[in-house]
Amino acid sequence: MTQAGKNADDPNKPADLVDRELVEHVLSAATVRGADFAEVFVEDVDRGSVNLDDGRIESLSSGRDRGAGIRVVAGKSTGFAHTADLSTRGLMAAAEAAADAAKVSGDAEVRQISLDRRSDVPGPVAVRPADIEKSTKVELLRRADEIARGRGDAISQVAARYGESRRRILVANSDGVLSGDDQTRTMFSVSCVASGDAGLQTGSETVGLSIGWELFDRYDVEQLASNAADRALTKLAARPAPSGTLPVVIGPGSGGVLFHEACGHGLEADLVRKGASAFAGRLGDEVASPLVTLIDDGTMGDEWGRYAIDDEGHPAGRNVLIEDGVLVDYLWDGLRAREEGRNSTGNGRRQSYRHLPMVRMTNTYLAGGSTEPADIIASVDEGVYVARLGGGQVNTASGDFVFGMVEAYLIENGQLTAPLREGQLIGNGPKVLTQIEAVGNDFEMGPPGTCGKDGQGVPVGDGVPTLKVAELTIGGTAS
Amino acid sequence: MTPEELLTVASRVVEKAGNDEQIEVACSHGRSTSIRAYEGEVESMTTAESHAIGVRVLVEGREGFASAGSLDDDVVGEMLAEARDNARFAEADPHVGIAKPDGVDAVDIDLWRDSVAEMPSADKIDLALNLERRVRDADERITGVRAVSYGDSMGSFALASTAGITAATRATSASLSVQALALDGDRTQTGFAYDGAREPADLDADRVVDRAVSHTVDLLGSTKPKTTTVDLVLDPHLAATVLGLVAGTLTGDRVLKGRSPFVDRVDEVIAAETLTLIDDPTDPDSLGADSHDGEGLACRRIPLVEQGVLRGYLHDSYTGRRSGAGSTGSAVRSTRGLPSPGLQALSVAPGEGSLESLIGGVTEGLLVFNLAGLHSGVNPVSGDFSVGVSGRMIRDGQLAEPVNECTIASTLQRLLLDISAVGGEVIRLPNGVSTPPIVIGGVALSGAA
Repeated sequence: MTQAGKNADDPNKPADLVDRELVEHVLSAATVRGADFAEVFVEDVDRGSVNLDDGRIESLSSGRDRGAGIRVVAGKSTGFAHTADLSTRGLMAAAEAAADAAKVSGDAEVRQISLDRRSDVPGPVAVRPADIEKSTKVELLRRADEIARGRGDAISQVAARYGESRRRILVANSDGVLSGDDQTRTMFSVSCVASGDAGLQTGSETVGLSIGWELFDRYDVEQLASNAADRALTKLAARPAPSGTLPVVIGPGSGGVLFHEACGHGLEADLVRKGASAFAGRLGDEVASPLVTLIDDGTMGDEWGRYAIDDEGHPAGRNVLIEDGVLVDYLWDGLRAREEGRNSTGNGRRQSYRHLPMVRMTNTYLAGGSTEPADIIASVDEGVYVARLGGGQVNTASGDFVFGMVEAYLIENGQLTAPLREGQLIGNGPKVLTQIEAVGNDFEMGPPGTCGKDGQGVPVGDGVPTLKVAELTIGGTAS
Repeated sequence: MTPEELLTVASRVVEKAGNDEQIEVACSHGRSTSIRAYEGEVESMTTAESHAIGVRVLVEGREGFASAGSLDDDVVGEMLAEARDNARFAEADPHVGIAKPDGVDAVDIDLWRDSVAEMPSADKIDLALNLERRVRDADERITGVRAVSYGDSMGSFALASTAGITAATRATSASLSVQALALDGDRTQTGFAYDGAREPADLDADRVVDRAVSHTVDLLGSTKPKTTTVDLVLDPHLAATVLGLVAGTLTGDRVLKGRSPFVDRVDEVIAAETLTLIDDPTDPDSLGADSHDGEGLACRRIPLVEQGVLRGYLHDSYTGRRSGAGSTGSAVRSTRGLPSPGLQALSVAPGEGSLESLIGGVTEGLLVFNLAGLHSGVNPVSGDFSVGVSGRMIRDGQLAEPVNECTIASTLQRLLLDISAVGGEVIRLPNGVSTPPIVIGGVALSGAA
């Protein structure tokens, strides 16, 4: 059995998770009955987390997961099998099962598959989280708890979490691709409950990047804890959000989820090709306000959705989807690109070796504009300013989307006034894109996210500058 | 692997416990098949086998955990060492510990059906292909199907601990789901439906076809409604979603940590008198049925709300000890995660009347087809509730125009008190909830000005 992680000492060199000769052998076996395409995906993930809640370090958890998924494509059918057994026997059995599932039944020549190693550009990690003492991580959470509780007597509960993961992958396929990647992610979150006369309110802050422990050189844990506590305290005085249709100004950063939901999912080629997208058949059309340039960038700095290669072995790309309002391309994975005779855009991703890859976003953002944020707010007589958006959801076929306001204020006569309680915003993706009336010059990336699609979660980033939407429906309770 | 084989693996780790050390080990093994069909062909078929182990170590009230996706000896040894190391850094709480046997006998429920393993792959593929064909043929306005899937699984689970608890169980399940599409001018409407059962023969494909097709075509021509107040009519699928969210706030950890809107409300009226909620995994007909909870204690019938009065909360061994109430056998977990108290098989006591008769009793209302944004729109701490919705308006007891791009808003606290009717026809859902349709009166609907 090939042991994983033997040459893991050099953080810049991905481990050879399985010997090249064995991978070639398995690919030959998977294609022996005449499959069009076969792929071996090997993954080795180490995770660690520390959880503080109720004033106490409750637990530390570690997780280890390694295994391989084997995909065989024959015609329009895909067969897939996975195994945690990385021995020759385990991999050959999975290859057989995948070929069976693909209903490959021809008698073909044995294909000699020889693999070329592509260059790998693993993520920029200065300090590996695994090299930091657990007691240091514990200390970080204790400090967050202390600072958050110190913000006011009304802070009645604090939870904080530190998480690290290192994911090493190897992808090889019958086209001769052999690629590897070594992805490290580090995150920290704190969430507070404040108790007031009108009940409980919550506030949180989350940061995460595709880097190591140096995350805490970028972010001050005490500041993050203060922010979370202050958000909960502010909301104690919040009034119910209005109900109905109003102009909405969305602050920089977390508003990126609007574009992720409103149009990002609809630009995924697997949905487009099934007619399950409101953007199907609209390439070259003006689908958005000319102020809108939307980009998905898997190579972006050290953002949460960054990687060197996707989970099909293709290099991550910077893909312009909408340029000055015109739809220029969709997002593609290898399978869909292959059927269409074009190149993958490096967006084939999967939650783990147990999952089939599909088209997914990486870091999706609206490019910055030229307007001063203050001028954008000042242009609204009566509306809502959303400082922070929570998660969202879209029906890609209809384009209808929702997302939650977790920090919002009323705008009255061009000024931010009362804080608002939580509520949902709802709109229609294609419609909202045409209703972007202003784009600010203060672009920021938002907090790290997990995007769910067909039961698979993958890490993604998103970002926006301040922007104004002519109207969105606000699901509040105020009459 | 059989549950007994898994129990052997778990027990072998438990035997390594030192003095003053509590160890609890969970192991699982599963086989699954998943088939997706598209345009009359198999789009993908996945066959999978998975193993998992979760090791919990407690030393003087300090807890550490480690998990892995393999039962190989070297991995198991590594996880025990890692869990022990993790326990060194946690902070002590005298109530933390593994579950102790409490003398409650587990019910004898057979959750295993041989047919899942015996059914040929070709027949499983036919279930998916037939579902797609039936949905496409059911109504000429259906223009496509985004995804059709069939899935099944066979799982074994075992748990052993230094407190002398052992549990070994196995279960099968099967499911069907479909999302239908219908072109509607320059928009596309969708309808989603699914069913789950212990074995393929019990899957109700008729119900899946009816729901997916009617929810799709009945939304054709939908528009944004005017902002108003409506009585919400929730069919069993959506009643299960909303009442499941409410009952999810009645857990010991949320209550003890001050994260529930229902803290300190036991024996008070929190809901309309027509509402009775019971978590009952001992009911063999529930798809959430189980003999043992995630800490190996016997599952039991736990009344949560009786005729509108809050009766208690769900506890695992930790929150049971800390609150003094004792575990209610409500620990839920994945093998790879720590247990926490949660719902297993929520049952809503039936009232009277069919869905149609409930609709007939509403003057101005909305029959809900879909709730969107539940994870971002419902705050289980404050109770704030605001979600996207689509469906058909109800006027004077009759279904009227379809609506979308609107939201409903309230709080979980208000929704419970505003329940105005509970229907009589209970449906058992794959998520373990068994409920009739319900009506919630006077909910704010936000749409056009």
